[in-house]
Amino acid sequence: MSRHTLSVLVEDTPGVLARVAILFSRRGFNIESLAVGPTEVPQVSRMTIVVNVEGAPLEQVTKQLNKLINVLKIVELDPDSSVQREILLVKVKADLETRSHILETVQLFRAKVVDVASDAVTIEATGNGDKLAALLRVLEPFGIKELVKSGAVAMARGARSISDRPVRSADRSA
Amino acid sequence: MGEQSTGAQITGAQSLVLALEAAGVTDVFGIPGGAILPLYDPLMDSRIRHILVRHEQGAGHAAEGFAGATGRVGVCMATSGPGATNLVTPIADAAMDSIPMVAITGQVPSGAIGTDAFQEADIRGITMPITKHNYLVTNPDDIPRAIAEAFHIAATGRPGPVLVDVSKDALQALTTYNWPTAIDLPGYHPVTKPHAKQVRDAASMIIASKSPVLYVGGGVIRANASVALRKLAEISGIPVVTTLMARGAFPDSHPQHLGMPGMHGSVAAVGALQKSDLLITLGARFDDRVTGKLSTFAPNASIIHADIDPAEIGKNRYADVPIVGDMAEVIPELVMALEAEYAAGNRGDYGAWWALLNRMRETYPMGYDLPDDGTLSPQYVIQRLGLISGPDSIYAAGVGQHQMWAAQFIGYENPNTWLNSGGLGTMGFAVPAAMGAKVGCPDKTVWAVDGDGCFQMTNQELATCAINDIPIKVALINNSSLGMVRQWQTLFYNSRYSNTDLESHRIPDFVKLADAYGCHGLRCESPDDVDTTIEKAMGMNDAPVVIDFIVHRDAMVWPMVAAGASNDEILVARAMAPDWGSDE
Repeated sequence: MSRHTLSVLVEDTPGVLARVAILFSRRGFNIESLAVGPTEVPQVSRMTIVVNVEGAPLEQVTKQLNKLINVLKIVELDPDSSVQREILLVKVKADLETRSHILETVQLFRAKVVDVASDAVTIEATGNGDKLAALLRVLEPFGIKELVKSGAVAMARGARSISDRPVRSADRSA
Repeated sequence: MGEQSTGAQITGAQSLVLALEAAGVTDVFGIPGGAILPLYDPLMDSRIRHILVRHEQGAGHAAEGFAGATGRVGVCMATSGPGATNLVTPIADAAMDSIPMVAITGQVPSGAIGTDAFQEADIRGITMPITKHNYLVTNPDDIPRAIAEAFHIAATGRPGPVLVDVSKDALQALTTYNWPTAIDLPGYHPVTKPHAKQVRDAASMIIASKSPVLYVGGGVIRANASVALRKLAEISGIPVVTTLMARGAFPDSHPQHLGMPGMHGSVAAVGALQKSDLLITLGARFDDRVTGKLSTFAPNASIIHADIDPAEIGKNRYADVPIVGDMAEVIPELVMALEAEYAAGNRGDYGAWWALLNRMRETYPMGYDLPDDGTLSPQYVIQRLGLISGPDSIYAAGVGQHQMWAAQFIGYENPNTWLNSGGLGTMGFAVPAAMGAKVGCPDKTVWAVDGDGCFQMTNQELATCAINDIPIKVALINNSSLGMVRQWQTLFYNSRYSNTDLESHRIPDFVKLADAYGCHGLRCESPDDVDTTIEKAMGMNDAPVVIDFIVHRDAMVWPMVAAGASNDEILVARAMAPDWGSDE
């Protein structure tokens, strides 16, 4: 299994998220994460879908997605030539003794503290999955009280926008 | 399209009726109910014929039968909640068999959506995985566009079902009618024209091949490409197999036709695929009922796979030459590319291949054993029916043994004359599908070839047929069992017949049932009476007719490739494997 990041432009219509989710469930594809939000174009939303599949099933994923009437375009983002970010909020136990260690970790990871209570701090961190996993490993011994993470959002590097990029050649809708 | 704007204030329901008329709808099958009532009022004044069915499932299959027989979009209609959920089976059926269909459902008023209101069901959510697309319309101004898009999506590209769910308040509210002058679907651009290079590559593979087969699927029928297919077959001299969905795409009487491949295919058709070095796949999808165990399917064959749906290409079997396009465009281009090769002096030599195939079909023709006790053979009944009613009739089947025998023993010469539930395998398809076909083709003889199990799932539509002057004919192959399941129990469950005895030689009395429904009821129990009974039914056109053929219950469908087994393990009869020929 390998990890693939798909950027999917969709029409911003009711039910479009359900259509994508139902498609993945119906065809037995596993979604690792899915993030959706607006784009520079009104009425067009962008989904970033991270899937764990082999090459041939990935082709099925994109072809089946392309058959959805509300899906406009699908581009697979190469990890080496794209920027991929997730956001993490984590509430860590912190007393007077451990707080300074925690703050040091926060600095090392270029994360930030967004809330402080007498016995806990809440940390916000942004990065790719590996960086956030490393941060969590370091914070774990202090005691993680609560954790929430977004799905990945991703964008290709360079000057061209997704609207300039060709769709994958096989992915023509029927 | 064009002009169409009345400017006047009308209701959403009136607008919907105008939109259906603009979409060219002539016949609709449905049942009214609370949420869709506003639509039924203006429908009374429309030139559209609405046929009041007895169960919404009947409406859905009738729309499928109408579409299958005419090639036009079939339309069914139901109210919210249970009316809509009763359409789910036909919608799923249409999705599996790529049937162009539009389903219109009423929905509870928009303010009540999500409150578990009376007769509320999220039919848009329920049908998302089984429609090509669907709509929930709550603004009356959106109705004409939704209808126009629904018909466009259903009929173009790979055809399929589209559902339009309209809330009751949208039907009641005032609006102005504007039929869209153009369809604007930025995410929907079916590719119909094939890539020239792929077609050329396909042509050179065909020239180089020693043992090619035209593996023809239902896509050829949906694309109206039978004439082109015949030309391709005849200029190339390549053998043809037609799948269950493609029966009629190529004449059964044609010397190049080897029959149907698959689980109950002919030895020659199955053998041709297994021994081939090149499958020219046209509008077929490597379904498990055709391939058997996928890893051993056509092990030596390269694959040319042409289909309108790019997602089918490479889904089950790798395609060496993928061609995305409409069969009506792909096949003529393939003909042209081959003619160019022939003009350049390149021609495939399939002499040895034909010698092998001819041996196969001479040694293992389709056949059946007659029962020893003089009772009726179901295969004989179906074969006689096909010969007497002929290839200009339309035959709709249910699902099971009778369906396979109708696919095997009726000779199809024309497309759109064989209607069945191939993908979903929906028992009960035959009677309502025949009804829809007869509405679409009133001048044709339409037979439902049905089993006693299937028939009891949807025979309430006989009332619809009798009342609305839709004189279909039903050949009931009554073996008093769920025959195909019983066959599997015989073969794979030590003849332990768990819950497959329907006792329908006793209850119900199908002749009385036909009579109760205002239909002619005939019974036939002896081989000597088969022809006269069929001929009698052929002459009855004032009302539907049901013939109860009491047949031998132990007849089995052969040949057979067991589920999950390799096609190489095809049996021509119980424990009898064919000899594939010794020259390889």
